[in-house]
Amino acid sequence: MTATGTDRAGAVDGGDPVRPGGPPTRAGGEGGWTGSLRARLTAALPPERALPDAQPAYVASWVYLFGVASLASLAVVIASGVAIALGGVRWWHTTVVGHFLNSVHLWSVELFFFWMVLHLWGKFFMAAWRGRRAATWVTGAVSFLVSVACAFTGYLSQTNLDAEWIATQAKDGINSTGAGAFWNVLDLGQMLVWHVMLLPLAVGLLVVAHVVLVRLRGVVPPIGTADDGRPSDDPAAWR
Amino acid sequence: MTSDHWSGPTRPYDLVKEVVVAVVAMAALALTLAAVFSSPDDRQVTIQRWATADPAGFVATAVTELDGTSASAAYGPPYNRASDGQSIFALHLQRWVGVHQPVDPSQDFVLRPLSTVTGDPVLTSALASYTAAPGGQQQRWASAYDAAIGTAGGDPAKAAPGDYGPVPTLVTSLAGLARTGALDSQLVGHSAGLYQADSTSPLLFLADGDYLAAQAHARHLTGTQWGMMNETGSYPGQAWLWLYTFWYQIPPFTHSGNADALIWGLMMVLSLGLVLVPFIPGLRSLPRLLPVHRLVWRDWYASHPAGRPPRTVRSGRG
Repeated sequence: MTATGTDRAGAVDGGDPVRPGGPPTRAGGEGGWTGSLRARLTAALPPERALPDAQPAYVASWVYLFGVASLASLAVVIASGVAIALGGVRWWHTTVVGHFLNSVHLWSVELFFFWMVLHLWGKFFMAAWRGRRAATWVTGAVSFLVSVACAFTGYLSQTNLDAEWIATQAKDGINSTGAGAFWNVLDLGQMLVWHVMLLPLAVGLLVVAHVVLVRLRGVVPPIGTADDGRPSDDPAAWR
Repeated sequence: MTSDHWSGPTRPYDLVKEVVVAVVAMAALALTLAAVFSSPDDRQVTIQRWATADPAGFVATAVTELDGTSASAAYGPPYNRASDGQSIFALHLQRWVGVHQPVDPSQDFVLRPLSTVTGDPVLTSALASYTAAPGGQQQRWASAYDAAIGTAGGDPAKAAPGDYGPVPTLVTSLAGLARTGALDSQLVGHSAGLYQADSTSPLLFLADGDYLAAQAHARHLTGTQWGMMNETGSYPGQAWLWLYTFWYQIPPFTHSGNADALIWGLMMVLSLGLVLVPFIPGLRSLPRLLPVHRLVWRDWYASHPAGRPPRTVRSGRG
């Protein structure tokens, strides 16, 4: 809310109360749709939970770094991809800068999958879906699968021998499902648009949802441990 | 504040610092790997390069486009109706979806490009003779020449004399057109005009020949070389596709005509299983039975023993 908005709500109109210590609201309401949305968001994920400065004592293992390493690698993937996109489709074949950016993109993708696979296996062995965290697992697993598709379209968009071979071989698998009729891996234009727009958008949204769910539900406790740190025989703490 | 549930002991944590350090570290790592190892970029195979490097193979492939025996000509949906395509048991998805990217290899790859050539009376006459002939006659000419090339070990120059009609003239002219580079743009652009982004036709034509496959084999990219997860040179490729390419190495997929469809179906089931792990009895209990979590939380368990599994969990009921 801007200062102007506060003035309008509290002083100019003269009738709208200003809640002490909180955002202004309209008389008889909760700030309209905006206020309602704000109230829901802050109730579901208050700032101190979204950006915590403390965490459970059991969060003390290298395994917990795999997730943030995946996110950091994804940031490098996106940044290098955006940099390549500035020059178009083929410039990286013929310029030193473009080829270097392509190299950064390749290696950041390799790092992204390396950390993501470790993160996934780690979370499996920790049964990280326990305690109403199934949606966290599902969004993470779907993120992995969509990332595979996104990387695949990147390989198809290289406009070199590797892309030619991958496209001509992959078409048989895609076509055998019927999907090839609408998703043509031999069509560079279609694959490039999916690679630079549609699939990155899907990965981004899924990862955001995954991270928000992690903040909402918290980090899963050790197997056999209750939410207060004591031993638990609740089945939900075990599977 | 940590989560909406946890009320046990906590320790200090700086989320923003962790994220910033991780991004800087991953950026530095990626930049270092890029600077030290670079990345592969084997130049594309063009129709021109193929026709120049392997003229006999190019001509032999062009003949198969005319007699309908090339992979593209016999493919089926989504390119044509020459076959039903693959199926997953009773699910004929490829056939049911139908033709959406129509490709007629004899017309698209051979006859239409040749029809654009002017100033070559021999070719013009051959093309007129071929197009005026009944379909059956066209087929007999092309099939006879295809067989003769096969008998000659794949070399058209050594094919025995026979009644091949204008077919040798047509495919030889096509090879000449390809060597100029004109066929590359014609295959990409015949339907798109000035703006060209769809490489379906030239890639299908390339894949019908042996030249592209030979280049891929030399770089360890073919299916029997686990090529799906390889990259040209000694670079890591799509290693995350290891399970997908694994199935292509073992029976019954190695000798199934429906291997692509069956493996896709299998991978879809397995992918769904991965997503739904939390809801699959038995699978969701594996972490409890395997001691890996004790390694992850060894510090915690050293001072905070876990409870006993409840009976329903111990007995494996869910």
